[in-house]
Amino acid sequence: MKVLVITLALTFLALSYPMQSYAVIEAVEFDNPSHEARYRTLIDELRCLVCQNQNLAGSDAPLAKDLREITANMLKSGSSDKEIKAFMRERYGDFVLYEPPFNAATAFLWLGPFILLLGVLIAIIMTIKRKQNDELFKPTHAMDEAERVRVRNLLSDTPELDSNLQSKRNSE
Amino acid sequence: MKLKYLIPLIGFLSLAVLLGIGLTLNPKVIPSTMIGKPAPEFNLPLLGDNASRFSPVDMKGKRWILNVWASWCVSCRYEHPILNELAATRSVSIVGLNYKDTAVEAQQWLAERGNPYIATPADVKGSAGIDWGVIAVPETFIIDENGNIIFKFSGPITRKLVTEEMWPLLSAKTSSSGGAQ
Repeated sequence: MKVLVITLALTFLALSYPMQSYAVIEAVEFDNPSHEARYRTLIDELRCLVCQNQNLAGSDAPLAKDLREITANMLKSGSSDKEIKAFMRERYGDFVLYEPPFNAATAFLWLGPFILLLGVLIAIIMTIKRKQNDELFKPTHAMDEAERVRVRNLLSDTPELDSNLQSKRNSE
Repeated sequence: MKLKYLIPLIGFLSLAVLLGIGLTLNPKVIPSTMIGKPAPEFNLPLLGDNASRFSPVDMKGKRWILNVWASWCVSCRYEHPILNELAATRSVSIVGLNYKDTAVEAQQWLAERGNPYIATPADVKGSAGIDWGVIAVPETFIIDENGNIIFKFSGPITRKLVTEEMWPLLSAKTSSSGGAQ
């Protein structure tokens, strides 16, 4: 169980870590190093619309090149990350963001797994509860003294039976 | 009544339906953010005629088509005859936004294949294309009398699309222009 939990946790970590991919893209000169860092993050988070499974950083499509240029120019002219993302969303919709924003259309996407998890947990708890109340595990009647003695004898006989078997096996 | 035995089956079926819908969707169709919004402004010189310019405001009061095309675009070849047919047989204004093209090649293309456009603004740098949210040419928009985008299609248009979706929108102008805001 412990191993399973650790494996799952590691897999989750590996999957949630953003994949860095850079194609051979044009060099952009920034006077401000913080602009360059933000530029790297932004083109990593924005999707290339033409080759849909690549981000702007990883794509050599002409549109991706134009959008990188716009990103760089907006950064240099003092736009915030939010403004740049808004610029992209206005034109290409939420699709341009690799991380979809939470809204009515994406609520199921974001909450679905948690709802499913909750449902499974409730189902497990209910199953355990039902098993605990199962008639098979309940005493059907109170035992009297004679029965107790019989049970005790049966139980105390068992080791002997075991050792008999043991010695039989050894002699073979 | 062992209904609870049906739960896994119901779960499986609903998952199968969801995945089935997902598989039959076209991942290339990106929902447009442009529908219902004012047509983005631009002011560009006409192809091969730098003295004249075109801007969407010139079309105010009309219902018109903006077709984004390029001579290097292969699927534009498939839709071009349909645009020619549309321009010849129905009364509709089609503007051809020439996207990231060279004047020589674009003009040669129109000379060879016919020109369905009333104007061909040349978007050499593709900046108007970006403002219109153009992802890949060809793309076709319909803009209403008030300058709002009411239709967008990515990819080559077909005769079926023209008769079933575009023409109803284009011909609705006579009835709705009276109630224009």
